[in-house]
Amino acid sequence: MKLTLNVWRQSGPNTPGKMVKYDLPNVNEDMSFLEMLDVLNETLIAKSEEPVTFEHDCREGICGSCGFMINGKAHGGFPKTTVCQLHMRHYKDGDEIFIEPWRATAFPIVKDLMVNRSAFDRIIQAGGFISVPTGSAVDGNAIPIPKSNADRAMDAAQCIGCGACVASCTNASASLFTSAKIAHLNLLPQGQPEKLDRALKMVTVMNEEKFGSCTNLQECEATCPKGISIENIAIMNRHFVEASFMQRPAMSEGGAG
Amino acid sequence: MATAAAPNSKLQQSLALYQSTIGKKYVVAVTGAVLFLFTIGHMLGNLQIYLPNAQEALANYAKLLHASAELLWAVRIALLTCFVLHVVTIAQLYNLNRAARPQSYVMKTPTMSTYASRTMYLSGPILLFFVLYHLSHLTTGATHPSFVEMDPYHNLVTGFRQPMASLFYIIAMSMLGLHLTHGVWSMFQSMGFNHPRYRNGLRNFATAAAAIISLGNISIPVCVLLGILGKDLV
Amino acid sequence: MTLNSRIPTGPIEKAWESTKFNMKLVNPANKRKYHVIVVGTGLAGGACAASLGELGYNVTAFCFQDSPRRAHSIAAQGGINAAKNYRNDGDSIYRLFYDTLKGGDFRAREHNVYRLAQVSVNIIDQCVAQGVPFAREYGGTLANRSFGGAQVSRTFYARGQTGQQLLIGAYQALERQVASGQVKMLTRSEMVDLIVIDGKARGIVTRNLVTGKMDIHIADAVVMGTGGYGNVFYLSTNAKGSNVTASWRAYKRGALFANPCFTQIHPTCIPVSGEYQSKLTLMSESLRNDGRIWAPKQLGDKRSADQIPEGDRDYYLERMYPSFGNLAPRDISSRAAKRVCDEGRGVGETGLGVYLDFRDSIQRLGENTIRERYGNLFEIYERITGENPYKSPMRIFPAVHYTMGGLWVDYHLMSTIPGLFVLGEANFSDHGANRLGASALMQGLADGYFVAPYTITNYLADTKLEKVSADHIEAKGALENAEGITKRLLNAKGKKTVTQFHRELGKTIWDYCGMSRDEAGLKHAIGKVQELKEEFWKNVTVPGSGSDLNQQLENAGRVADFLELGELMCIDALDRNESCGGHFREEYQTSDGEAQRDDEKYSYVAAWEYKGEGAAPALNKEPLTFEYVKPAQRSYK
Repeated sequence: MKLTLNVWRQSGPNTPGKMVKYDLPNVNEDMSFLEMLDVLNETLIAKSEEPVTFEHDCREGICGSCGFMINGKAHGGFPKTTVCQLHMRHYKDGDEIFIEPWRATAFPIVKDLMVNRSAFDRIIQAGGFISVPTGSAVDGNAIPIPKSNADRAMDAAQCIGCGACVASCTNASASLFTSAKIAHLNLLPQGQPEKLDRALKMVTVMNEEKFGSCTNLQECEATCPKGISIENIAIMNRHFVEASFMQRPAMSEGGAG
Repeated sequence: MATAAAPNSKLQQSLALYQSTIGKKYVVAVTGAVLFLFTIGHMLGNLQIYLPNAQEALANYAKLLHASAELLWAVRIALLTCFVLHVVTIAQLYNLNRAARPQSYVMKTPTMSTYASRTMYLSGPILLFFVLYHLSHLTTGATHPSFVEMDPYHNLVTGFRQPMASLFYIIAMSMLGLHLTHGVWSMFQSMGFNHPRYRNGLRNFATAAAAIISLGNISIPVCVLLGILGKDLV
Repeated sequence: MTLNSRIPTGPIEKAWESTKFNMKLVNPANKRKYHVIVVGTGLAGGACAASLGELGYNVTAFCFQDSPRRAHSIAAQGGINAAKNYRNDGDSIYRLFYDTLKGGDFRAREHNVYRLAQVSVNIIDQCVAQGVPFAREYGGTLANRSFGGAQVSRTFYARGQTGQQLLIGAYQALERQVASGQVKMLTRSEMVDLIVIDGKARGIVTRNLVTGKMDIHIADAVVMGTGGYGNVFYLSTNAKGSNVTASWRAYKRGALFANPCFTQIHPTCIPVSGEYQSKLTLMSESLRNDGRIWAPKQLGDKRSADQIPEGDRDYYLERMYPSFGNLAPRDISSRAAKRVCDEGRGVGETGLGVYLDFRDSIQRLGENTIRERYGNLFEIYERITGENPYKSPMRIFPAVHYTMGGLWVDYHLMSTIPGLFVLGEANFSDHGANRLGASALMQGLADGYFVAPYTITNYLADTKLEKVSADHIEAKGALENAEGITKRLLNAKGKKTVTQFHRELGKTIWDYCGMSRDEAGLKHAIGKVQELKEEFWKNVTVPGSGSDLNQQLENAGRVADFLELGELMCIDALDRNESCGGHFREEYQTSDGEAQRDDEKYSYVAAWEYKGEGAAPALNKEPLTFEYVKPAQRSYK
């Protein structure tokens, strides 16, 4: 099939970008979307033009590297699909496709379709972990976990950190990402000791990173390639408010030692 | 790396909470809940116009509300506070959210969000303007053609006989319906209540409540314009 | 060169314990004076960086991705083995040791494998404590599944995303150290050379992939957890970015490369659909628990699967290997599929595929149970092929998946360059000639959490390290070397793209050094790869400049190294005149077509030494002795 692509080209974070039109005459329907861009890039190189920069790695929908807006929808808007898993059979001959990078203050553009998502790492650094030094763990079966809790935690833990939630949110909010980690850890018994602290710190950093606020539009849930539920956002809200009111001041004489 | 130090006093805690986007959403949700309850009460009061002795019933209702000036003003101040907080907080969030994405997409297509949820920033300001007009129209009477103190029936009927005023009421109440369809559901989510078992139920409750409130109110100007209400007033 | 593998003496059960006891320690206050570089932040590197940070070392970690959470460990699906014996089905450390050694066709070191089996139990505990949401039974205890090459259920899993969950666990532990300031994390940084001073690894040169700037980083020890080299085949299940560059440049600085020809072809991947294909997608081996593999009995049977009656189906694994059936080890299953397709019984348009059928287990267990176990895998399959595997059987074909070979390391996971430690898939140590399913995650985490932190401490405490600075002549030399490579690539200004070269290389290696090899083919391949390499430096085209983000340039550097590695793989395969594990030489097979080892002549690790540009690499042999498990012909019948 023949496609017309409009691709956002921007050479660096501080240079203005624009949409550039490319015609691609021979697209096979079994190609993935990224393979289609590979073909575009090979033709651009042959014409001594600069290929389109886009992030990708595993190409099987789990590493979270890839992702951009296709026709105004994150990852193209197909249920539970990243762009590397999106196949061209979803498009038809003569289609015009618009491709843009994620746009958010917290995700500055690096080049073309590639953005800097290190803000996500900093949110995790704030409390997205369980403090258990190597070697200090008890036997795995010493902590029985109800299957339903393990399953819910797993649902939330599936997040691949691609940033589609931020990109598709009208407010560029990172609530789904942040809440998925808070819910994953806070739903498990191992996560209890740091539960309130985690919610407080991660949300604080999320705000400092200049993500917007959640207005409950559910765009994130719809475009999340792992189908993570906004129920997690409710959990985050609950734990954050609980933390805000119940947090005790640090002991002036130090803790138990 | 930033850390959130534990705040020392209740006031500091509340302020810290308000600093965060989630805290702000709580404020919006809580004040929204108060205003939502108020709109239910207000509508029920309005619907007394369909009683057989409407003029008397409404006048008694007005007297009841005015029975204690202290209580009346306390309620008014509380409502006003909620209203102001609701609007101011939303305005702050609006600015914050614009700043979170200064450069907009060339193309953006909604996937799952409802029309109501996407138009909150339209329905909200219209409602704000409506409230100001409504107060000057039927509470103080400043913009009313023949305002009579403590005779709501007269004020309603004569007020709504002006088609432009009625039209505005109808538009505003449609906006209220839209606003509540998203707002009431959103209120639960913001306050941390979302459970797969009740998710659809809450959605339906929000839609139903919004529909009842807006249609209940819209029926009054419509009935006045159609001449169904106010036959006894010339 | 004599290879000292530093294998401890005494009974194998006590070997690791006594090694640890005899190790030198660094006192807590002194630890912060040491600087350790960790390259690669997957399971092995990430776990190691986090653990070293906790111990108090100053750690700088590097990854080429935008975040450590994206390392390719994330793509492992099926699970992780551990000798917990929670199922009461007769598992033990000794059995896991035995299975792994036998699965590796007796080409691994007994002591390394035993230690791996020992620490496997700690890994599960550690990961549970970190919040890894392993599958649970209704009673709240950990669930297990069975896996290829084993007759016990010892595999722990988190849906079909075990690698992801384990990596996220390690990533979170790492980010905790980043937050505390113990670990400095440099992302989008690729290691392009190793700095060796006075014979010791003392730092690396990196290229900042955003700005193109090359930097010198000096340290007291260097740890590499840089993964495998499966992408030499162009088409593999590896992530597109996975590369051999760090390992290869260390090899050129004097680290030996062991068993490069031991590559694993995974039996259950989605078949290739066309020329444009950029990578292959694995369907977890765990599918073989409930799926039955078959091909039509008749040659060229073009009927659709549901039209082929039971009598016309050949469940060839169950027929050939009745006791392991569909759970036969990977090398054996892959080769059996190849044989079936070579006979002309392959399915699908290309004839390169066999069926993996869930019809019977869906009837037995119901669609919901199957969905719960493999739902996400079925979704992946449907997304890629557009076919519904609940209704019609999956089509699968073998694909390159893992490389058992890698930099040579001793029992302490240290390479032949003192101070250079190599962990996980990047080293050669534990899987011999074939890796069993669910063992890669186990090895990566064992190395990273429980082995390297001890052995690195021992090295630092035991070694006199001169103070060196970034101005050292060796450091500057390494920097110039790396910059030189970039310049050469940019100045070639030829006609062929990097990908074209990579595809050609991949096809050559797949055809002649893939699932089966023979002498003539390997000799042909060596010549062909040499030609390709020569052409590459003359005729490659790399657009753009070296001073900003340039993905083509990154890739060009990686392919340049793959070209050299490809040749070494063929040389190694040619040298090994026997069949073992993933290395199948047509000349050496039993009458019924099974791999025939030659323990007398080839019971050794082939460790290749770089001898300079254009010179033939030198072969060093580390003999393998088996005290505990007697090598026998592997039988899964």
